[in-house]
Amino acid sequence: MSTTENRQATAVVEEAALTGAPEATANSMGEYVRAWALRVRNGESGMLPVIAGLILIVVIFQTQSSVFLSAGNLTNLLVQGSTFILLGMAEVFVLLLGEIDLSIGYLAAIGAVVTVSMSSAPDNHPWWIAIIAGLAASAAIGMVQGALITRLKLPSFVVTLAGLLGLEGLLIFLADRWGGKNGGGTIRITNNIVNDLVNGNLSVAAGWIIMAVAVAAFAAFSLVRDRRRRAAGLVVGPPALTLLKILLAAVAGIALVAICNTNRGRLIALRGVPWVVLVVLGVLAIWTVLLGRTRFGRYIYAIGGNAEAARRAGINLGRIRLAAFSLAGLTAGIAGVIYASRLGSISNNVDGGQLVLYAVAAAVIGGTSLFGGRGKMIHAVVGGLVIATIYNGMGLLGLSAATQYMVTALVLLAAVTVDALARRNTTSK
Amino acid sequence: MSSSPAVPARPADAGRAAGDSPLLSTRGLVKRFGPVEALSAVDLDVLPGQVTALLGDNGAGKSTLIKTISGIHEADGGKVTWDGQPVRIRGPKDASALGIATVYQDLALCDNLDIVENMFLGREQVNRGLLDESTMEESAKRTLSDLSVTTVRSIRQPVGSLSGGQRQAVAVARAVMQNARLVIMDEPTAALGVAQTAMVLDLITTLRDRGIAVLLISHNLNDVFAVADRLAVLYLGRMAAQGPISEFDTQSAVHAITTGSRGGTDNDHAGIAGQKGTD
Repeated sequence: MSTTENRQATAVVEEAALTGAPEATANSMGEYVRAWALRVRNGESGMLPVIAGLILIVVIFQTQSSVFLSAGNLTNLLVQGSTFILLGMAEVFVLLLGEIDLSIGYLAAIGAVVTVSMSSAPDNHPWWIAIIAGLAASAAIGMVQGALITRLKLPSFVVTLAGLLGLEGLLIFLADRWGGKNGGGTIRITNNIVNDLVNGNLSVAAGWIIMAVAVAAFAAFSLVRDRRRRAAGLVVGPPALTLLKILLAAVAGIALVAICNTNRGRLIALRGVPWVVLVVLGVLAIWTVLLGRTRFGRYIYAIGGNAEAARRAGINLGRIRLAAFSLAGLTAGIAGVIYASRLGSISNNVDGGQLVLYAVAAAVIGGTSLFGGRGKMIHAVVGGLVIATIYNGMGLLGLSAATQYMVTALVLLAAVTVDALARRNTTSK
Repeated sequence: MSSSPAVPARPADAGRAAGDSPLLSTRGLVKRFGPVEALSAVDLDVLPGQVTALLGDNGAGKSTLIKTISGIHEADGGKVTWDGQPVRIRGPKDASALGIATVYQDLALCDNLDIVENMFLGREQVNRGLLDESTMEESAKRTLSDLSVTTVRSIRQPVGSLSGGQRQAVAVARAVMQNARLVIMDEPTAALGVAQTAMVLDLITTLRDRGIAVLLISHNLNDVFAVADRLAVLYLGRMAAQGPISEFDTQSAVHAITTGSRGGTDNDHAGIAGQKGTD
């Protein structure tokens, strides 16, 4: 505490109140905007800069290539982004603890190789058994790494770096063995359902109906919760804010379905929301509830914020960390199955090293802290879309891989810088 | 635990009648670290509804004593009685089961969590598998207002955005919500400015008025004389002086802290000590 604080005790109290979550301190929309502006000035800007950045990137690409904002390309972008988003969500679990998982790219590949080889010829197991087995494999490897980190107290950086190397070896071994003599280390997907996870579409009507139901459910849930909390005299944001959020969700939903339902086929009509969009939204919803509304999620944040305080509160740190690494593995497995489905096959030359960098970048660009305790699943969605946009747009412009890597690196550096500055601002107060 | 009133509502002076039996007392408490005897036969009495200030110079054994009471160290000898019953405190869980809550100097709060989340950390209320935020927020709000903590604007703001005194208040409220009957506070005002210190001292008084015993460690004699009902002075691991605050003044307290003997007739010591005490 500085001596200035003594003199300005009341001012500090006032300021402290204002720097909290704006939802928590504002009663009207005007107050909300003021509290929020103060937070942005203090470096707690949330997702605002990244969304502004995303819009900027989209504008740049659209001026350079008129194809960019076409329905076909945007749907393609969503599909490309889904792998980055799912990998980013896997990484959020461990980043929240203040740890990192470098093996996530190859964890995904292992899940994919198990699922693809079980569901495809000659084994031809049912798709759901194959997917469960693939996800279980990824989760189990994640759990083993988590056990090494928690039981032996090894740094997660080193354990998962070993995982990155070891799992690449395992991937080559499995793909060569299961791909058969003439497979050349590639296993083709012959199961229709596994193939359609990404390449299949909902019918036009189904897309609209599901979107309407989802938005209505979100609206009903928000409004009922607000009313209940207001009736009980609890902290609740301004009503206009809730309405604005519902409106934004509706606009986003309508835009998404309208874009996907536009015909994007060249020779034959191709329209509808890809299944993968539902997979991503489903995973997002479940993991968001897990992190935000359960004890387990609360403890992940507590450990990331102050592990010693969590320990003194009687939280079993080892168990929570172990579960977080397992869930990261499970989510990576989902990402791997989606990745394979998009390619129509899985091979021994998956670049898991690059995938993990995209995963960390997606989470951090979206606003999840590398230092633990701050972040949300939605961050991986926004960050994953940014990366997919850069990846897709530069591909359209015909820029070389060299440029793509360097631009992605700059975006990642910018995101980490914002994170570090925000952290410095909050700790130096 | 929180559907009942969050703070035990006892008549304000219930525990303060003269001759009341101690809530916690230690007799001949010994703690050794290898060859070093950090506590030698310490007798301490903490009365219900009273603020007992634990004084002593650096190395006198204050920290060891509170860590032994709160179960972080296990005593090597001596007896502890709680409410007249002999008890053994083998770990922090034993202590909190008895109703002893310790607020350490570093407070052990998670800056990224809000006030309600910190107050319920490790004891969240759950309804059908999901956190019951409304119930938790209501009882957190009630506890804070029972403790007259009114300066926080919203109990949904992250603890990292609070001032030092407010953080202290959250840590104490957390202890009170565990139905603590004895709250041990380690240097609660050490890092605080004037206004913040006043707020924490008010909080201590409120706890006492609720019938909760407070064991307060402080180096600041002004604070001690402002709120304490009893003084206990440790000197090199033994209890040098103990009694109601009326038996002490600043000079005699400092004399006991620096020399380990009661009295205070020695003018040299008192003179030096008097200067020290007004720092």
